[in-house]
Amino acid sequence: MRELIGSKVGMTRVFREDGEAIPVTVIEAGPNVVVQSMTEEKHGYSAVQVGFGERAERLFNKPQRGHFAKSDVAPMRHLREIRFEGEVKVGDSLTVDMFKEGEIVDVTGVSKGLGFQGVMRRHGFKGGQKTHGQSDRERAPGSIGQASTPSRVFKGMKMGGRMGGDKVTALGLDVVRVVPEKNLILVRGTVPGKNGALVKVRISSRG
Amino acid sequence: MKIIDQLEKGYLRDDITEFAAGDDIRVSVRIKEGEKVRTQIFAGTVISRRGGGTGATFTVRKLSSNGVFIERVFPLHSPNIEKIERVKAGKVRRSKLYYLREMTGKSARIEERFFGKKTEKKAAKPAAKAAAKTEEKPAKKAEDKTPEEAVTKK
Repeated sequence: MRELIGSKVGMTRVFREDGEAIPVTVIEAGPNVVVQSMTEEKHGYSAVQVGFGERAERLFNKPQRGHFAKSDVAPMRHLREIRFEGEVKVGDSLTVDMFKEGEIVDVTGVSKGLGFQGVMRRHGFKGGQKTHGQSDRERAPGSIGQASTPSRVFKGMKMGGRMGGDKVTALGLDVVRVVPEKNLILVRGTVPGKNGALVKVRISSRG
Repeated sequence: MKIIDQLEKGYLRDDITEFAAGDDIRVSVRIKEGEKVRTQIFAGTVISRRGGGTGATFTVRKLSSNGVFIERVFPLHSPNIEKIERVKAGKVRRSKLYYLREMTGKSARIEERFFGKKTEKKAAKPAAKAAAKTEEKPAKKAEDKTPEEAVTKK
């Protein structure tokens, strides 16, 4: 599994040689520095903990500094575990080189928090009639259940509420371009999260 | 934003002719038909330019052969645009000329803009705009183009 953490920079469009404009999301991925490696024997699973992003050293507390010092790497803003297969040692740097143009990736991020949203936006309900003597029904959910039996609303009923801020994975995105010197990867289409949000890019499970 | 601007730089064209809304232009577009690539010309009036970076586009409005107006939106930096020629500069007071869609005949014309001294403008021949109708009767152009008339004409 090839995987990297990075931050979403934003969207733009680029032109292919044949003139087609491709909408792309720019992700600044890596360099990810290996801070710790999890082993089957010691932790029960294998993974690597990587760090990404700058942050002033004075902002780290003592335990955090100790954690980085143990691996002899500079403190970094984000720490995440990734399932990186292949030989890596603590202190190694993983870069966008691992991805190539034309490959297919999945991108995981936390979607934009949209606050309290009604049932139409949140669940795609159709709303009520706008005419035929209706009032206050345009965006209403309709019936949410039966009558005195069961006398309650079933759990999981789709209603208004907090929307967004969920972990979302965009599957099967084409890698349009990789710019190793700037640690950038351009993927076709949209990616969850706000600009600047932390995202994970991995080789697609959808080969 | 800085990162994206830098990235876009590689895709921007630096050979774009200067033109603005109101101008008459000829756009040479590369068209792929199966294996063959040929060039087609789309000539008309620019009614809008919008956006920045690689997303910049412009809209050209022309009168088609069957009397219907066709608007086409081109990405400004598209590699498919071979060249843009400015046939005539138009004198307009806004950047988006969507009002032309509601106008026909004389009122849909745009006065030509001349560069240089003001006196030169007065002396120059009045210019008729896009609509093919007006081109048929060039003799009438001169009287037609007083500003009041342009306003009152619906």
